[in-house]
Amino acid sequence: MKNSVIKVDYLARVEGEGALLVKIKGQQVADVKLRIFEPPRFFEAFLRGRKFNEAPDITARICGICPVAYQMSACHAIEDACGVKITGPIRELRRLIYCGEWIESHALHIYLLHAPDFLGYEDAVRMAKDHPEHVKRGLRLKKAGNEIVRLVGGREIHPINVRVGGFYRWPSKEEFSILAEELKWARDAALETVRWVARFSFPAIERDYEFVALQHRDEYPLNEGRLVSNKGLDIEVREYDQHFVEEQVAHSHALHSRLKERNAYFVGPQARYNLNFDKLSPVAQEAARSAGLSPVCRNPFQSILVRSVEMVYACDEGLRIIEQLELPVEPAVTVEPLVSTGYACTEAPRGILYHRYRLDDRGVILDAKIVPPTSQNLKTIEGDLEQFIQAHIGIQKEQLQWQCEQAVRNYDPCISCATHFLELQIEQQ
Amino acid sequence: MALRKPKLAVWKFSSCDGCQLSLLDCEDELLAVADAVEIANFAEASRAVVKGPYDLSLVEGSITTPHDAERIHGIRRVSKFLVTIGACATAGGIQALRNFKDVKEFISIVYARPEYIETLKKSTPITDHVFVDFELYGCPINKHQLVEVLSAFLNGRKPNTPPHSVCVECKQRGTVCVMVAQGTPCLGPVTRVGCGALCPAYARGCYGCFGPKETSNPASLSGWWSEMGVSNRDLMRAFRSFNAYAEPFRKQSEAHEK
Repeated sequence: MKNSVIKVDYLARVEGEGALLVKIKGQQVADVKLRIFEPPRFFEAFLRGRKFNEAPDITARICGICPVAYQMSACHAIEDACGVKITGPIRELRRLIYCGEWIESHALHIYLLHAPDFLGYEDAVRMAKDHPEHVKRGLRLKKAGNEIVRLVGGREIHPINVRVGGFYRWPSKEEFSILAEELKWARDAALETVRWVARFSFPAIERDYEFVALQHRDEYPLNEGRLVSNKGLDIEVREYDQHFVEEQVAHSHALHSRLKERNAYFVGPQARYNLNFDKLSPVAQEAARSAGLSPVCRNPFQSILVRSVEMVYACDEGLRIIEQLELPVEPAVTVEPLVSTGYACTEAPRGILYHRYRLDDRGVILDAKIVPPTSQNLKTIEGDLEQFIQAHIGIQKEQLQWQCEQAVRNYDPCISCATHFLELQIEQQ
Repeated sequence: MALRKPKLAVWKFSSCDGCQLSLLDCEDELLAVADAVEIANFAEASRAVVKGPYDLSLVEGSITTPHDAERIHGIRRVSKFLVTIGACATAGGIQALRNFKDVKEFISIVYARPEYIETLKKSTPITDHVFVDFELYGCPINKHQLVEVLSAFLNGRKPNTPPHSVCVECKQRGTVCVMVAQGTPCLGPVTRVGCGALCPAYARGCYGCFGPKETSNPASLSGWWSEMGVSNRDLMRAFRSFNAYAEPFRKQSEAHEK
């Protein structure tokens, strides 16, 4: 291929606005830029002066796809500042609503956003003409996840029942039993998803990634744990700022994160899976093995498979919680403000989501820091593209462009999150 | 009815993506909608783009950059009907909190090199820039109302979205008033219905996601809140959230700022 430019002005099937620009000189990739032109919204700035109990509802508005993640990180960070640790049924119900969001978000990405790339369709509606049974299964799975969020949170997008300290009210026992029936169907459908996705062909690419995720002694991580990596990172969440740094780059409204010691890193389902395989439920582990996945998966194109395994886990875990849940009288504990700084990291569907708040004695937020998963993956996505394009430089430009888009979608990037932050261009000179 | 399917486009400005996601959240209706219309431009769902003009454009998000202020005019020109969806598009959204402050200060809080950031001083609703055929409120919008809007425009009738307050819906669903019975401050009396009066049903006060109802009286409600012991500062915060720049809420929050 002679000098050329691959240019995708508006990346589709991602959440938010971004573009990709790739410059190729002769047989070499000269430049890869993931441009995030989604306008900035300044959440950290206007959180200053707001009350501590407003943080979950305000930060939920950063992202319509993963509002529960924002609510969870916000609640935990505020509670950390105020010296409160949530245990028992409130902790379990928080895991349940998070499982709902994982199912809803993973089903959306697997079926509506990513699978069409593997099967050669522009979108899921076109895919549905040839594969109606798969698309219908995906939509019902998505709905099952949304049902959990709706039951526990009041509505699917920007739930209203989550508060600092717990919930406003418990859902009723009867509502849970209806949900349990649908979740049993969903677990089988998620297993079917793993079998379906395992038949896709995955372009080969493997790099020496540093995977970063939460790790917890007893469970697959959602709301709690230490931050660990496969290259020796093992820290408390409150030490985050000592190890990670956000940098501004000219081509992007999203800040790029890197590890101070080693540079780019990888967050999300694949990082969680690689660092926590032993904590998956037996059903999810078996599903992974039967799909040919080993406990460590380095090919980002197989993220769709890992996401499907996590969906099995989330259904399984949701069922466990519902079966064991005993609801006490009070749906929340009292949280009083303290002059302090609170930190939290939770596992959003796309990876770790860090919140930090400094409070005064009346609970007014003095400053806030939010690092969404997508801005942590940007450097890794650009690195993947560079290697992928270099390895496929001879193929037809149109096909290369589509596969570049697919490579970006491996990470299920959420640009609305990252500007709190995407556009694709490939340029050949 | 013409033989060809009406063309639907979905456009995004500054927002969280939640309102356009509401269309994909219509799990039971999505394939039926896709049968009735040609989804001609919807980046979140498809890489295929069909050229305009479009019969119906759904616009999500607010105008916050010089480029977007231009782009909306192009969209208006290729759209027979233009419907704005959600609090960002109808009122400027939560990002309109900058309208009350100096945006330069905001940029420097978030970005180390402000010179790379191109943004307008104010986040403004779409209707400040172009003629809008219909506004659908909410943060987020209600997906059943969205299906109603689509159905109405496809059938050439006016959408049925009630303009009254959340209070009316609380009565309809039999929720005991949280303000009267529990002394919980509630924005229900001044807020447009559409959510299904959710918060009071969950034992919390309404916090105004759907913005001001028609002919609302926030000053009167503020008086009641004050009597309940809510501070001026907290009143200002209550009116200054997702619909902060909708006029009745804006004026009321400014009254509490003095």
